[in-house]
Amino acid sequence: MGVIFYISAAVAVAATVGVITSDNAVHALLYLIVSLLAISLIFYILGAPFAAALEAIIYAGAIMVLFIFVIMILNLGPQEARRERSWLKPRMWVGPAALALILAGELVYLLLESGQAGAPAGTASVGPEPVGATLFGPYLLGVELASFLLLAGLVGALHLGRRETGEEAAGEQEAEAGAARAGGAAGAAVEGE
Amino acid sequence: MSELRNIIVPLITVFGVIIIAMSMAAGLIWLERRLLALWQDRYGPNRVGPFGLLQVLADLIKIISKEDWVPPFADAAVFVVAPAAMFIPTLLTFAVISYTPGIAVADLNIGLLFFLAMSSLTVYGVVLAGWASDSKYSLLGGMRAAAQMLSYEVFMSLSLMGVVMLAGSFDLRQIVEAQRGLWYVVPQFPGMLIFLTAGVAETRRLPFDLPEAEGELVAGFHAEYSGMKFALFFIEEYLGITLISVLVSVLFFGGWLGPLLPPLAWLAIKTMFFISLFILLRATFPRPRYDQLMSFGWKAMLPLALANLVVTGGIILAAR
Repeated sequence: MGVIFYISAAVAVAATVGVITSDNAVHALLYLIVSLLAISLIFYILGAPFAAALEAIIYAGAIMVLFIFVIMILNLGPQEARRERSWLKPRMWVGPAALALILAGELVYLLLESGQAGAPAGTASVGPEPVGATLFGPYLLGVELASFLLLAGLVGALHLGRRETGEEAAGEQEAEAGAARAGGAAGAAVEGE
Repeated sequence: MSELRNIIVPLITVFGVIIIAMSMAAGLIWLERRLLALWQDRYGPNRVGPFGLLQVLADLIKIISKEDWVPPFADAAVFVVAPAAMFIPTLLTFAVISYTPGIAVADLNIGLLFFLAMSSLTVYGVVLAGWASDSKYSLLGGMRAAAQMLSYEVFMSLSLMGVVMLAGSFDLRQIVEAQRGLWYVVPQFPGMLIFLTAGVAETRRLPFDLPEAEGELVAGFHAEYSGMKFALFFIEEYLGITLISVLVSVLFFGGWLGPLLPPLAWLAIKTMFFISLFILLRATFPRPRYDQLMSFGWKAMLPLALANLVVTGGIILAAR
């Protein structure tokens, strides 16, 4: 299991680097999907099959499809990739790299401190029932708040996607139609989850 | 000796499932053309081999010998990956299905969730094929596919939750075992209908084949594909039909359960019945307009699936 863990962890890290360095938005999203799937595999290895399945279904299978959907509608061409490349100057890397270094330092410290680097954390398998019981038991308030947020998003998407009847709407509707449709689809899928 | 057995038996299972699933999918191309011909009062392919059975082989030779062409305007890397990105998840799902009490590649305790995860990953193949082709018809097909498959996936998962509640498990083997007394098609009839409809939409079959809609979009998301890459899309469609048919049999019609005949025979009979139903649907229904498809999904299927879920939950709670 240890070997599989390290392989999927390496894939996750490499894919995440790919997300940041890709010039092309769709390629970056593809790397992000790979990264999410690798993390899902790590969940599975750590003894959380239910969380692994949800990671794959919700993040990789639903939310990322919407990202791709929106990027497809925007239809960014090669000139967009060129502009992206001009933004990714070496100077841009300083801030994020410094912050990431702090995290890496913390990680190394923790690994040294606990003294058992590499030992998979979970041993007991956490099935669907304990997850459900915890979500709708002690964390019920969090679930309710999250559903409020999703409802607000849904209502907002519905408002933006609604066909306006007034005359002043005719002009701007043309411009916003594409974005609003994407928003509507996003809202709809968010509700589905 | 037993160690050797431990290696060989799983290997036979794995390759057996892959080979049978692939040849089923290829055979279905012939079956579909013959059945459609029967229902439309014509002959269909009957020249190559007995009953035209070798037609698929002839098509395969033709398609392999074709030029493997990537359009110069396409995003080459994504264009090549897209067919595989669609094919592999569908094939992987066959691993968690329990064919008989003893035969299953992986007896996963989250089998049903694995199926849902894989079916949501197949969307990428279609969407990326549409995007990478960089042609307007492909892009339109890809966008339709993304919205359609995402929407119908919602009802698909919701319709299965009734079965999960009754069986108390995501494990496909336990779901079949739980149907010993009564097949779930009886208590979960609305769930079965919703799952079947969503399954047709997920496999992008007529009447829900709007992502390719040859009458309006040339060939939709795979308009720019040719040769083996196109063949992968083509075979995947039939692999998807087989998958949904096996799943309907396993989840709602008792899988391998049945009197007299061996378990595998029962599963095969039930699966073939639903495959024929898929083909009959294609022969029968006209293609709806895209907005009709979406409003049918969100305004009819979603409330029905939710009502089914609430009623099932209520009855289980009351009976407890």
